[in-house]
Amino acid sequence: MSGHKLLFSGLKLWTSGSCRWTGRHHDGVNRRGKAASFSSCSPKVCIVGGGPAGFYTAQHLIKARQDVEVDVYERLPVPFGLVRFGVAPDHPEVKNVINTFTQTAKHSRCSFYGNVNVGKDVSVEELQQAYHAVVLSYGAEGNRSMGVPGEDLAGVYSAKDFVGWYNGLPSCRQLSPDLSCETAVVTGQGNVALDVARILLCPIDILKKTDITQPALEALAESHVRRVLIVGRRGPIQVACTIKELREMVNLRDTRPEMMAADFEGVTEALKDLPRPRKRLTELMLKTALETPEEKERERRNKASRTWGFRFFRSPVEILADPDHKRTAGIRLAVNRLEGSGDASRAVLTGEVEDVTCGLVISSIGYKSLPIDPSVPFDQRKAIVPNNMGRVQQAAGLYCSGWLKTGPTGVIATTMNNSFDTARSLVEDLDSGTLVVSAAKPGSQSISALLDKRGVKPVLFSDWEKIDIVEMKQGEAIGKPREKLLTVEEMLLEARK
Amino acid sequence: MALVTALRRLAHLRLRENTRMTAAVTSSTWLSGHRSFTTGTQSLRSDNKVTINFINRDGEKISVKGSPGDSLLDVVINEDLDFDGFGACEGTLACSTCHLIFDEDVYKQLGPVTDEEMDMLDLAYGLTDTSRLGCQICLTKSLEGVVARVPESVADIRQSQDGSS
Repeated sequence: MSGHKLLFSGLKLWTSGSCRWTGRHHDGVNRRGKAASFSSCSPKVCIVGGGPAGFYTAQHLIKARQDVEVDVYERLPVPFGLVRFGVAPDHPEVKNVINTFTQTAKHSRCSFYGNVNVGKDVSVEELQQAYHAVVLSYGAEGNRSMGVPGEDLAGVYSAKDFVGWYNGLPSCRQLSPDLSCETAVVTGQGNVALDVARILLCPIDILKKTDITQPALEALAESHVRRVLIVGRRGPIQVACTIKELREMVNLRDTRPEMMAADFEGVTEALKDLPRPRKRLTELMLKTALETPEEKERERRNKASRTWGFRFFRSPVEILADPDHKRTAGIRLAVNRLEGSGDASRAVLTGEVEDVTCGLVISSIGYKSLPIDPSVPFDQRKAIVPNNMGRVQQAAGLYCSGWLKTGPTGVIATTMNNSFDTARSLVEDLDSGTLVVSAAKPGSQSISALLDKRGVKPVLFSDWEKIDIVEMKQGEAIGKPREKLLTVEEMLLEARK
Repeated sequence: MALVTALRRLAHLRLRENTRMTAAVTSSTWLSGHRSFTTGTQSLRSDNKVTINFINRDGEKISVKGSPGDSLLDVVINEDLDFDGFGACEGTLACSTCHLIFDEDVYKQLGPVTDEEMDMLDLAYGLTDTSRLGCQICLTKSLEGVVARVPESVADIRQSQDGSS
């Protein structure tokens, strides 16, 4: 059988014009059968981080070579990373990728080890000793701060924490955001900012059928927030969000849009030169901001009890405190003008400022990766692990995928391609002998022993499935797809049963 | 529910790993297994089938048959076609990975595109004026023999390096 495959791959090598020997699209057929017969043992790969990047990298590796074994280590007892803790509760279809990850995790050549903190319970160096290759895909758990006075006041949160809170991330359980004010300001205009605005204004009868956590649901049911401003440094043509999310805001029940016509000066003229995706997005924004709606829509807007809007050319310079200096009372925004055009345009201060009354500020200006192990090179400026096509620079046998590799932007499909790319680099290195696999490595055997000695008990995929069943059962009882367990302790309790 | 589906797929997977047959087409989408999003109306009469020709990312032409009513994504899955990362959101208009490109005359035949499809299509790499999402196109007899090209999903730096990495 393998001989037949070799013949086929041999034919492929000679018939395809360009040098596609890298096996980019011949995953599943071992293109370098020769190398396979030399390597006396199966390559063992360790992946750090059980989110989309980790699972997509594993998927590709397992498919590309029949001899690779992959172990995925995850800090939390539960897998799936931002698909579980980042994707908005009212976007359940986006979470369908979990089915693919589950297949990968249950593959005979893949093992999941949750509840293992790499960098604390075990070092990257120890992993490198136990495995032929280590792929870092632990994402971005930090966030960019606005760096303005008052950022530490009560009432100011990062979008990362706010999203983590309503999605049940254990470390965000105690956030208790103050929703007693009328106006909330979100800084940043990407899809996360729009998710935050939408969840703040979404009718409760819609939210209560999602997997949003019960405490968040209850807090939002009591919320006094009726107005959300989504503030960006630059103009309408520079927004980072995409049209699906904008359309959802425009169509959000019981809300009406409220924008400044002056912000859209010159935008209509610029439309004709824009590529289709940007053009459609800008057209929708223009229509929403400037056009007089027809009667039915006008009526709907008049009846709406909540408002939302973009505010452009504004940068936060200070969070203003109430007289007692205890909580947020407003935000001071510097007024900008644009220099240059399109993607390359820059916001330049004009010297003017504007104060906006608000009691809640959520900064959604980017997640940020953090270094987890001193032995791993880390670019502090870009906040990524320096790499070339997923190969960590100056570190043989070390790779990275996902946001840690490229920075924290992009949807799941972006991460998928990014992870496939790293897997291809790794497979290339296996095929070419750059990654030496002539000596067998102990893999999870030695790491399990090490963890055991240190009192760390990994959660296996079958253990996660127990948690999964409990969450779905809990959810069913109250008309939700699942009711998430909110603490690591509860997760471990179910996992050990 | 996800658990049962996953278990079903796993059983199928193990079976297939043991009896893998080399095909003219590179190895099947082992992950997709027998997922089908239609109600499984598999007609026994072969003349009810519609032939679709996919051009994969290597330029190979793959001819398969589907039933009227199946979406092109259904066909890719049912026929185990090996397109990396195709159909990530399982046909729910939450991604752009089932992106397909058609000839102009075929594109016109496919009919109007909803805003929802266009919104996701806008995110696809290598978007063209004759691009569509495979999960939104349903087979009819009039689509007999059409050609659908699977485009690259990302700019591949590798190709410009002429194989020397």
